[in-house]
Amino acid sequence: MSISAGELNEFEVEAAAWFAENKPGDPGFLLPQSFMEVGTDQQFEFLRDWQRKVYEAGYLGLAWPAEYGGGGKHQAFQDIATAEMARQKVPFMTNTIGLSWAGPLILNMGTEAQKQAYIKRILSAEDIWCQGFSEPDNGSDLGNAQLRAVRDGDEFVLNGSKIWTSLGSYADYMILLARSNSETNTKYEGLSYFLSPMKIPGIDPVPIRKLTGEYGFTQTFFDNARIPDSCLIGEEGKGWQVAMKTLTFERAVSGGQAGGVHSMPVFAGEVVELARHAQRDGRPAIEDPLIRDQLVAFLIEERGLELNNQRAQIPGLNTEWPGAIAMARKLTNSEWRQRLNLFAVTLQGANASRYVDDALAIDGGRWQRGYFNSFSSTIGGGTSQIQKNIVGERVLGLPKSA
Amino acid sequence: MTEPAEILFSDEQAQLREIAETFSANKAPMAAVRRQLEADAAITTELWQEIAGLGWLGIAIPEDFGGSGLGLGEVVAIVEPMGRNLLSSPLAATTLAAQAILWSGSDEQKSQWLPQLAGGAVAALALTEAHGDWDLCHLTCSASRTASRHGDMLSLSGGKTFVTDAAMADLFLLSLALDGAPALLLVEKSALGEAALHREVVIDETRRSYGLNLNGIEVPVANLLPAADVSGCLKRLHLGACLLYAAEMCGGATGVINLTLEYLKTRRQFDHFIGAYQALKHPMVDALVGLEQARSHLYHAATVFEMGNLTDGRGEVAVRMAKAQAAAAFAFASDRAIQFHGAFGFTYDCDAQLYRRRALWCEQQHGDALHHRKQLAALLLD
Ligand SMILES: Cc1cc2nc3c(=O)[nH]c(=O)nc-3n(C[C@H](O)[C@H](O)[C@H](O)COP(=O)(O)OP(=O)(O)OC[C@H]3O[C@@H](n4cnc5c(N)ncnc54)[C@H](O)[C@@H]3O)c2cc1C
Repeated sequence: MSISAGELNEFEVEAAAWFAENKPGDPGFLLPQSFMEVGTDQQFEFLRDWQRKVYEAGYLGLAWPAEYGGGGKHQAFQDIATAEMARQKVPFMTNTIGLSWAGPLILNMGTEAQKQAYIKRILSAEDIWCQGFSEPDNGSDLGNAQLRAVRDGDEFVLNGSKIWTSLGSYADYMILLARSNSETNTKYEGLSYFLSPMKIPGIDPVPIRKLTGEYGFTQTFFDNARIPDSCLIGEEGKGWQVAMKTLTFERAVSGGQAGGVHSMPVFAGEVVELARHAQRDGRPAIEDPLIRDQLVAFLIEERGLELNNQRAQIPGLNTEWPGAIAMARKLTNSEWRQRLNLFAVTLQGANASRYVDDALAIDGGRWQRGYFNSFSSTIGGGTSQIQKNIVGERVLGLPKSA
Repeated sequence: MTEPAEILFSDEQAQLREIAETFSANKAPMAAVRRQLEADAAITTELWQEIAGLGWLGIAIPEDFGGSGLGLGEVVAIVEPMGRNLLSSPLAATTLAAQAILWSGSDEQKSQWLPQLAGGAVAALALTEAHGDWDLCHLTCSASRTASRHGDMLSLSGGKTFVTDAAMADLFLLSLALDGAPALLLVEKSALGEAALHREVVIDETRRSYGLNLNGIEVPVANLLPAADVSGCLKRLHLGACLLYAAEMCGGATGVINLTLEYLKTRRQFDHFIGAYQALKHPMVDALVGLEQARSHLYHAATVFEMGNLTDGRGEVAVRMAKAQAAAAFAFASDRAIQFHGAFGFTYDCDAQLYRRRALWCEQQHGDALHHRKQLAALLLD
């Protein structure tokens, strides 16, 4: 597919104008900072409607196949639209799990019927998706998942519970990893992977309160819930491989996501602005040499991470440890974001002690809340420690951790 | 509008990099590097001639003057692999001296020196002074004008330090104060008296560094680079040096990470390869992540340098970020390399020290990470 620079520029101008015109104003209530923090019906409906609007305007799923509701265009168009969303700081696309993990997975290995049934409704946010991987006793050790899926004719009967289910309260479907056979040689065999409906008898999502006091995820109980075996994706007993594939989408090691931003973007430049207003010794904090040094360190790191994305595209500059940048991206970006949020809090001097809803909270307490919420990305989707194991083992070739 | 690519890396650059990688690995295996530690010069004449024969000294010199007409970006692609193998040579100094002549020299100086420098003549940079200040305009060396039967002459006084590979040099590029302003001067080897150079003991033993005593040296006034803006030229030289040091440090960090990984995959304690312990594995990932960012900054800076965008601030930001990040990455990787080798890491025999010494040299020449962040603060925050 060849595209001209002119076409792309034209598209960019269009996209910039559309987002500028259609960017929702202040909804009058606090919006979540990422898809993992959607805690009220009001927030959810607002974000779902926004996603539908963006999709209908042609700025989401641009590179997904047209026959399933995508735009059928080159990825470059979607990248432009996504960059525009970040730049204009529009609200994020709330159906992240559908758009970025379940969707690419279904396109990659789903049946024709599954593609027909789900892809378009993921883009339009008619179907919201959630992920049922973690369990109360099995988190990092995902392969040890124990939720039971027992075959009964052409159905599976589900019993057990999943936990930390983001969007669990709102989801229509779940990508579900469950144990269909408990008598196997290794824990990795005997797992099966399902595209399971959520709104059926026997499935009950119960909200859990987060460290910020808000809601966003659930413990999801399964009590003799029955689903047809057409919900399987991949072969019965081969669920581990499907789960690993999912994680490559989730951690953006593989491409093919529908696009869009999935959290409120944070830029080091915003913290620079904060430093202009914060005070130290009767002067703007930005004049303090120690603070200046830290600001610059954040700017260097932000730039390095941006440039990494460009360099990752050039094979000749990735000969030593191919794939290192992509494999480490979740680790590097989530850790940077966490440190930046915390620094923004500490910059505020005594005002760092205020929190959201305090009349004098700086930027509405965004940084304090952002710092707490930043742990969603250093824990969710595989903790930073697990990411370091993975990069150490798969990229650097070090022996598996004991 | 869509941003133009910020990292350009052509097939020619990729090829050049590959050749330099093989060359450095073959010509500078660790045994050769160690043998050279004992030698008078940082590099054998044969190897230097080979480098000249490959055309690498003329990469950034225009074709009219016997070079290939490329830029410092291509030089980066060969300096990085050389740094990885700790190959030490006057290549960077010779390249930068040629650039200074190209930027600020007269037509005669260009046609006299550039073809020679492209062909294997060695140039040394005499820019640093005993006060150790990284500000290249902080000059205590000076010259006074004298008339003699050879014409108008400059009589030099003061001293320079960290003049690497001076004993091999055919030409010195010297900075000094003249009539109250910075000046750049070409000094030929023949103008130096017997005792002008003395060897310095420096932390990186792969390097040969000299002090240069200027007292008593006389050179024709015509040897001054006729630049109107010498401070500007000094700044470009400084940034060029930072760029090449960043390349050397990225290469060095790659080398030392590989050295350490090798040990972590072969040394066993408590019935496990030590690389299985997260107390070692995780810092290795930190080292990798630091290096990956440094390389992205480096090749972006090389791209910007190539496009001549140094003066609009964008290039300066890119180069300073590259040097700061490369220094931090190499420092961390080489420091951990010593620790992760245990007592063997404490020995002279362990190669970790060679990299740690190299990292310290590279960081402390032309500004450490803190210094560059301070300069960046002025560029980015004010
Ligand atoms: C905001 C948020 C949203 C989430 N959303 C979802 C979701 O939608 N669906 C879903 O299925 N899950 C979700 N998760 C769960 C997430 O995937 C798990 O929390 C994560 O995989 C870690 O599991 P755990 O919480 O059980 O911690 P544990 O695995 O018990 O880990 C506890 C600590 O031990 C460390 N640790 C564990 N094993 C190792 C090891 N081998 N080496 C070194 N350190 C180790 C961890 O890094 C961590 O610090 C979410 C989590 C959060 C925080």
